Amino acid sequence: MSDQKLVLEVDDLCVSYGKVEALHHANIKVGEGQIVTVIGPNGAGKTTMLSSIMGVLPHTKGSVRFLGEELGDAEVEDMVARGMNLVPESRALFGEMSVEDNLLLGAFMRHRLGHRDHAQTMEEVFTIFPRLKERRAQQAGTLSGGERQMLAVGRALMAKPKLLMLDEPSLGLAPLIVREIFHIISDLKKTGVSILLVEQNARAALQVADYGYVLETGEVALEGPSDKLIDDPKVVESYLGLGGKH
Amino acid sequence: MDLQIALLLSQDGITNGAIYALLSLALVLVFAVTRVIFIPQGEYVAFGALTLASFQAGKTPGTLWLLIGAGVITAIVDLVAAARAGKMKRLPQILGWNIVYPAVLAAIVLLLKPTGLPLLAQVVLSLALVVPLGPMMYRLAFQPLAEASSLVLLIVAVAVHFALVGLGLFFFGAEGSRTPAFSDASFDLGMVTVNGQTLWVVGASIALIAVLYQFFERTIYGKALRATAINRTGARLMGISTVMAGKLSFLLAALIGALSGILIAPITTIYYDTGFLIGLKGFVGAIVGGLASYPIAAAGAVLVGLLEAFSSFWASAFKEVIVFTLIIPVLLWRSLTTHHVEEDE
Repeated sequence: MSDQKLVLEVDDLCVSYGKVEALHHANIKVGEGQIVTVIGPNGAGKTTMLSSIMGVLPHTKGSVRFLGEELGDAEVEDMVARGMNLVPESRALFGEMSVEDNLLLGAFMRHRLGHRDHAQTMEEVFTIFPRLKERRAQQAGTLSGGERQMLAVGRALMAKPKLLMLDEPSLGLAPLIVREIFHIISDLKKTGVSILLVEQNARAALQVADYGYVLETGEVALEGPSDKLIDDPKVVESYLGLGGKH
Repeated sequence: MDLQIALLLSQDGITNGAIYALLSLALVLVFAVTRVIFIPQGEYVAFGALTLASFQAGKTPGTLWLLIGAGVITAIVDLVAAARAGKMKRLPQILGWNIVYPAVLAAIVLLLKPTGLPLLAQVVLSLALVVPLGPMMYRLAFQPLAEASSLVLLIVAVAVHFALVGLGLFFFGAEGSRTPAFSDASFDLGMVTVNGQTLWVVGASIALIAVLYQFFERTIYGKALRATAINRTGARLMGISTVMAGKLSFLLAALIGALSGILIAPITTIYYDTGFLIGLKGFVGAIVGGLASYPIAAAGAVLVGLLEAFSSFWASAFKEVIVFTLIIPVLLWRSLTTHHVEEDE
């Protein structure tokens, strides 16, 4: 990874909720055009890490460098403007608005910065998610779980991010839909966007990712190229279960 | 009561109801976006009306000094915040809106002597003076508390209301004012005469509602405000800042309030503290709509206007009592039909 340009460099990051430290000295790197995954059990600090990188939560120690620039306590809006985008676990869609309006608002920051290309970007998003085009006039709240996740990802893509962070995109979805979502994630790589993928579904995540980190109780316990991690006995035992090779 | 009186009362009720409808929309908007129950809404009504009245009386409106003062304080607060965050590139924007804009307006008002100007120009100048007070108020009183509970925001809103009533007394004095009607025209419709100002009020209200509807349905900023009301986290992740949404909703509320004041000033005498009662009647309408539905709020507000007009005929001493009692059955009905939702922070 050393010869590659880094999009995100998280160095020694610590985050606390009051006196409870939820993330200890995490070090994560995402290279340009890479899919990097962070796997780990519930409560390992995965969501906390993403929230802190995005500027939703302040960090107590350490640094976040995005595209080579050190970010202090930047606001969420600054991060969006710089090209970072987070799809939260809750999806955070605008339920009473149409699919099309949800997508349009994904381009809000680009619009503010003077780019008026949202119609074209929306067509690109529709080629990735044809289902959204069929449902464009429908209210977001009436979509199925899989479609909602597609809309959440599509809305984030409307901002033309350089780094896309996905928090548990497979959460609560049927296995077939999960497969479809992960297909799309690996396809997204071809568009050049770098992806930081947080998942409990370790096998699916490691299959699409280039590099992986295992987060346990707030600390990076293990890291490595994902084809190595997927065979690592410790990962197999804790996260992939028996028959991890299937 | 015969039909003619009923029609006259209806005309009265619809005129006032249109104003209450505008105010109820502003209240719903501000609450949906910022969770602030906007008690000071009425002060914008009074300030709008009294500013126009000052122009017509050939006086310099007190709002000018209020705007300059609020601008200077806002600029200082913003500059300190920008310096701390190391964002000095925001400097021109801060100074432009809070210092240069009020100064330019002061120059226009003091040099141009707007008394001789046509009514429309006076109206525009009045709005230009009053409306920027909305975002400034958000910056000074509510932005630092964006994460506070609704109750704290309500307490601050009450405090801001009292502060503005006091400032209103200081800047405009205790005397009431009334402005001349926009037109002297009146139309005979069978047995009832419809006067021109009624048509102005109703027409302007409908036009403003139509413009607001277009703004929320068609423009990206209108949609951003709706998105903030639906899902604040989602909106922030799109780069729609809570501060921007708050300032924009306060700007619209101030615009609606000031315009309402200008429309109603030829019908009733406005004192520095009249706005509160007018705003409160808009609030009753907003409550009918559950502080969430725009059309039901507007309909409720028109109902409040009609109820007020008819109760002033039958029981004028209890006019206000009857209007505000309306809130009790509405709340009872709402508490029985809707599920209690925990406050979502």
